[in-house]
Amino acid sequence: MQNLSSARQVSQFVARTRRDFLRDAAGLALGSALFRPPWARAAASPRKRKIVVVTFGGGARDQETFMLEGQENIPHLMSELIPQASFFTQVINRGILGHYVATASLATGVYETFNNFAAVSPESPTVFEYFRKDLKRPSSDAWVVAPSNGFNRIGESSHRSYGPGFGARVILPKRLLSAATSQGARDYQHLLRDNYETPYFTPELIGNEFELQQLETILKLSVDDFKTHAQTLSSPDELSVYIARQLMRQVAPTLLWITLHDIDVAHAGAYSLYIDGIRRSDRLCAELWKAIQTEPEYAGNTTLLILPDFGRDSDDDAGGNGFQHHRTGDTLSRTTWLLAAGAGIRQGVVFDRAVDSMDLVPTLGAILGFNASLAQGKPIHEVL
Amino acid sequence: MLPSDLKPEKFDGYPTEGRKIVVSYLPTLRQLPLSFVPALLRELISYDFKFPAERKAHERELEYLSLLSASQLRECFQGFAQIRLSKQLEDFDWVQSPTQFVEHLSAHLWSTHQLDAFRQVSNDYADRLRAAVPPEPPPIPRLGISVIGQGVASHGDPLFRKLRTHGAYYAHINPENGLGYLLDAVAARAKAHPAPYGHWYIDGGESFECDPALTRVSYKALEPARTALLRKMQEQIDRPGMGPEALRTILAQMRPSDLGMDRSAGNPHDEVLERFEVSVLTEGSGTQIFSTVFAQWAAREALRRAQPLTLLVRFAPRQRQRPMNEMLSVDAKVAPELDFVGSLVDGDFAAYYNWLNQQRLPGAEKASFLVWFEGHNQALAIGPSTPRGTESTSVADLRQVLSWTL
Repeated sequence: MQNLSSARQVSQFVARTRRDFLRDAAGLALGSALFRPPWARAAASPRKRKIVVVTFGGGARDQETFMLEGQENIPHLMSELIPQASFFTQVINRGILGHYVATASLATGVYETFNNFAAVSPESPTVFEYFRKDLKRPSSDAWVVAPSNGFNRIGESSHRSYGPGFGARVILPKRLLSAATSQGARDYQHLLRDNYETPYFTPELIGNEFELQQLETILKLSVDDFKTHAQTLSSPDELSVYIARQLMRQVAPTLLWITLHDIDVAHAGAYSLYIDGIRRSDRLCAELWKAIQTEPEYAGNTTLLILPDFGRDSDDDAGGNGFQHHRTGDTLSRTTWLLAAGAGIRQGVVFDRAVDSMDLVPTLGAILGFNASLAQGKPIHEVL
Repeated sequence: MLPSDLKPEKFDGYPTEGRKIVVSYLPTLRQLPLSFVPALLRELISYDFKFPAERKAHERELEYLSLLSASQLRECFQGFAQIRLSKQLEDFDWVQSPTQFVEHLSAHLWSTHQLDAFRQVSNDYADRLRAAVPPEPPPIPRLGISVIGQGVASHGDPLFRKLRTHGAYYAHINPENGLGYLLDAVAARAKAHPAPYGHWYIDGGESFECDPALTRVSYKALEPARTALLRKMQEQIDRPGMGPEALRTILAQMRPSDLGMDRSAGNPHDEVLERFEVSVLTEGSGTQIFSTVFAQWAAREALRRAQPLTLLVRFAPRQRQRPMNEMLSVDAKVAPELDFVGSLVDGDFAAYYNWLNQQRLPGAEKASFLVWFEGHNQALAIGPSTPRGTESTSVADLRQVLSWTL
């Protein structure tokens, strides 16, 4: 690596590296030279527009993904998604690098500061509350598919002007499965893995009657069908994507937020499992993209946004242990990327200006037509 | 309480040598900011159980600080002094519980967005210290060896990809007696250059008998301790209200006797090494359940703390991934299935980390490194005279490769 003296230089170097590799590999163009006038863009009206946001809880580093040596791990992103997408090479997360608090920050547009391991609601209004209150949308129009019990309060803040009644409906696939398999969960344990960040802490997964009602009345799945299909899946994220596809088919929410978590197995320190997680996430993102293009409610009017919540520690920082954690707060652990594809998005373009993680919520507001008044970021104008 | 309030009697609960060194430098410690002192005390409270290299580093650091004038100390620590702390942190009993204080400080820095500033002043301080008190070069060039892929019959994907640009790749190694040559080589170095905790053999499985001059750590030998630890963790996890932070605090307080590691019955008692092993199991993430992770983390910590002259790390197959609660369970009656190829991939990358961590030590420019696919004909060697990014077609055994590399 070049001798880069400041964090800003490191970020810019990372961005340039990603852009160069992407340009070489996928024949992409640099974004700033390719602006088209707004009238040239084909996009659905805000009323019909749908958004699917995919976040990775547990970032993947450049060297295992976009750099030359890592591209073999993301064949679907490289060959299917990126050529059709606008790709932002430098998304900076300046907040706490813990998955729940960071994902909550992505959802509020404010760097939340609560304890990452506490079961609390975000303090600032979430994107779901802005969306539903401003646009007077029903609760069925905003959904979160989240990886573990720790995320069950991410759909709704404790803010007194929003909060109860305005949030998203949150579905926890593992809890759903736990409820459905309460009599004999042995065959499904591989789908109930939880909480990689503290591998010795596995919060109890308890299902209840409400979960089973969700299964039958909302997802239109019988318990038996659900259990049968679950046996064909190999990881919690596969279960999440399966549930998300059911939601898309049966409920077709305007705003759907999915948090994947398999990559975070990296905390257990086994490199091969971390790579397996990346490859699975790559495949699942392509599956979601395909679902967006084939589901009638979504085809042609949906924007897909994919971003890790943050990165992981670099090999060069002696204070960390490379890919295993995200504890040093070094530049690479704070730098990640954003992929936008679908309705209203320019295809095959790379932008290397710095974007802040908090820009996501104002951007969603600008696309869907609500005002994220308390969010800290700014709309990303390149995707509007 | 602030550092300026420190008195010798506050350290009565410290182990003998740790108390002695703290008290002798108390006038200096009183002048340092609260954002810095507990991190230093966290090290000094276990001074009695530190490796010689660590002790020396702490002594040199304290000696350097004690020679600075009051104004020089203020200038040196002004960045730390500007870190804003909370009243709760000031009121915390950081003298008796410096480790817990540092955990709380870390959470405080993240939540108040001061982590980057703290990181910067810490790096600046480390640079300044390194310039003022340069680390001493090792008496002989270091040698690191990693042996990976135990039990893998064949593997088609290229190995050592992260290391190839740094050394010579050998594709025609004669694997016969390879491990024997390597163990003999490290034992010979240990005998020729004796140094306490200077020559290590870490095995991710069951270790071979080796020369007593080597410091030996093995995953298999620690099985009773790991079982005891997992049982204690499970008990804690099952307690109502227990969270990951509380569990971490409990783990940090574990001692060898808590895990039944007291070897004094019949064997020489080495509490320094036992505490090291406990720290690998309690501070390392995944070390309790995956042998490859145990070996990598033990190597990292040995390099960071003991700064060995010789380090042989042999990776063994880890168990296949299962649900975390199953892997943590100590009641399993069936031996877990092993993931041979996954363990090879783990070991291949871990060997890169072993090399990186070795290169962070003094004398890196003269150090050598060898990684071998156990039982097979592939190896890679890095050394001051080894041509980089090359591939050798010579047929050789590991003894020859070592002789060409050192």
